[in-house]
Amino acid sequence: MGKFPRYFTIWQKLGLSGVKLTAYLVLLFLMAPILVIIPLSFNAEPYFTFTEGMLALDPSAYSMKWYEEILADQKWILAIKNSFYIGLMATLIATVLGTTAAIGLTSGQMPFQRMIMALLLSPMIVPLIITAAGMFFFYTQLDIAGSYMGVILAHAALGTPFVVITVNAALAGFDYSLVRASLGMGAKPVYTFFKVIMPLIRPGVISGALFAFVTSFDEVIVVLFLAGPEQRTIPRQMFSGLREEINPTILAVATLLVIISGLLLLTMEYLRARGEKMRAGDVD
Amino acid sequence: MSNPELTQDEIRQADRNIRRRKWLAIMFVAPLLLFIFVTFVAPIGTMLYRSFYHPTVAELIPDTLTQLDEWSEESGDLPPPAALNAFAVELQALAAERLSGKLAEEVNRGYPGASSLIKSTARAVRRVDLAELQSSGGQLVLDANKKWSDVNVWRAMKKSGSVFKDDFYLTALDLERSPQGEIIQRDTQIYLDLYWKSLKIAFYITVLTAIIGFPLAWYLANAPSRIANTLMIFVLLPFWTSLLVRTTAWIALLQTNGVVNSILMSLHITDEPLEMLYTQFATVIAMTHILMPFMILPLYSVMKGIDPSYFRAALSLGAKPIPAFIRIYMPMTIPGLSAGALLVFIISIGYYITPALVGGTDGQMISNIIAFHMQSSNNWELAAALGSLLLLLITLLYWLYDRLVGISNLKLG
Repeated sequence: MGKFPRYFTIWQKLGLSGVKLTAYLVLLFLMAPILVIIPLSFNAEPYFTFTEGMLALDPSAYSMKWYEEILADQKWILAIKNSFYIGLMATLIATVLGTTAAIGLTSGQMPFQRMIMALLLSPMIVPLIITAAGMFFFYTQLDIAGSYMGVILAHAALGTPFVVITVNAALAGFDYSLVRASLGMGAKPVYTFFKVIMPLIRPGVISGALFAFVTSFDEVIVVLFLAGPEQRTIPRQMFSGLREEINPTILAVATLLVIISGLLLLTMEYLRARGEKMRAGDVD
Repeated sequence: MSNPELTQDEIRQADRNIRRRKWLAIMFVAPLLLFIFVTFVAPIGTMLYRSFYHPTVAELIPDTLTQLDEWSEESGDLPPPAALNAFAVELQALAAERLSGKLAEEVNRGYPGASSLIKSTARAVRRVDLAELQSSGGQLVLDANKKWSDVNVWRAMKKSGSVFKDDFYLTALDLERSPQGEIIQRDTQIYLDLYWKSLKIAFYITVLTAIIGFPLAWYLANAPSRIANTLMIFVLLPFWTSLLVRTTAWIALLQTNGVVNSILMSLHITDEPLEMLYTQFATVIAMTHILMPFMILPLYSVMKGIDPSYFRAALSLGAKPIPAFIRIYMPMTIPGLSAGALLVFIISIGYYITPALVGGTDGQMISNIIAFHMQSSNNWELAAALGSLLLLLITLLYWLYDRLVGISNLKLG
């Protein structure tokens, strides 16, 4: 776009400019709420709003104290540790199981492929409140409610659909005769997996793992139902903070989470670019 | 199909190969399938089971219920003395273990008033000698309160003792059983209204994301790729940002002294701060923001594949831009629009966190009442019944999505 073609009438130019303006306004709507919390997290006062001093850019109206408060609060430290521990364990399980399943599903040999696919993706579709209630009933019977094991298994189940989807996409152009060639020339199946299949689908596996991690890292409802006080995660801590006493510590945590999401997004975009290159065939 | 160029042996060999590859595929899928069955399908199954299986009363007063089995409730007579005695004995045992309140609560659902009746009688029989209860406890119970002479109490007790019941579904659909056993509508509609409200909220959100997302998706699909890729980051960053963070942001924006009110007041659009947080409006606007990427991404990928020459051809053949846009371009975006709309609708109908935090009482959805019955009122069976109905709705929508879009075509990011 940029410059309009010369044959455009003034109305067409105006119309297109209008659409462009609308598009930028929508982007503002998407980004503004997230950007607003960053300066608010440096508020010297215990409010969720901009003070007069902040608007006047008075340095004394800003402070780092909410960030210091996170580090001083044992509950937040535990929540941060829990989020990473549960997230990493769940991601590990989801990635291993999801990747192998995706390889079986795309091989074209799987009976009831469509039905199984729908079943495997359903944890993503079923409302979390239903999943959480069901898990609460069932995991209590298994005696793993209120334990790390329970939360990790639950989060792994919620993460697998994302791994299946991304690895499936990575395998879309995969030529299975490569596997047959490798096996035919005497390579062991495990060797074939790591040396033939894996290098070609690695971007898909990693982005699936990232999705699985974010799913766990961001999940509250299952944690609300399944976790004891020992297993409280960051979002769980934020949830009770927002319900009970709202103070800017939550905004400081939120700002840190925005930075983490930004890093994840950059990794994701890098992987996508690499995956596209790989499918085009020009990769080292 | 027989192939004349292959020998029988070769055909058998090929068959064996196909079978082996099929088994190999199954071996790859099996671990995840098993895992999902144990960690996800079995829990959902347990919930479905809980929605009609309810052994609480049967576990509390087993002997009384066995005795009541022999009593014909249509006769209009009180249950036989043996049943009443058994009840007195069991009530004393429950009172000693502080479980009589639980029984009271259960029977009260079938006979309003039974709660205080059972509790007071439990106190009356607590210190009576066991031998006396075994021989004449029934009379003691009848003397404790004259309501015990009402046959309907015993009918309610017998009914609450059955292990499988549809009561919770009736409640979830705002129905009840009349004393004559017919299914009738309740005077006040609670849950149907809530389902209807959830559907309405989900519909508003779907329409809003479509209206707001369409121009942006179009611009992203038609802008030079360098600009489009940069702008795409601004769509994806919110998508990757924690749900709690985005909900927190809306609390900061919408509260009484929040950013939006400050802006409105400094522009003199309003003199008093508007009450926006803890309303249905807050639920709709925050969820629209949160679910926007699910609309924009499928729309974008469909629009990206639309050949611009169709639109240009329509224009050069003399069509006016707006009719050409509506009749030529829009129909081609329907696959993306329907995929996005179904996805947004499916996700929003079962949403819990955002309505719980910004919705107040007016902006609550069906998930919130399920959580309420799970956590506060401890009516797990009703929560399970409400959840099962929601699950049915979601399954229908999921099936529709699979039909129209194909679940394997779901793309992320």
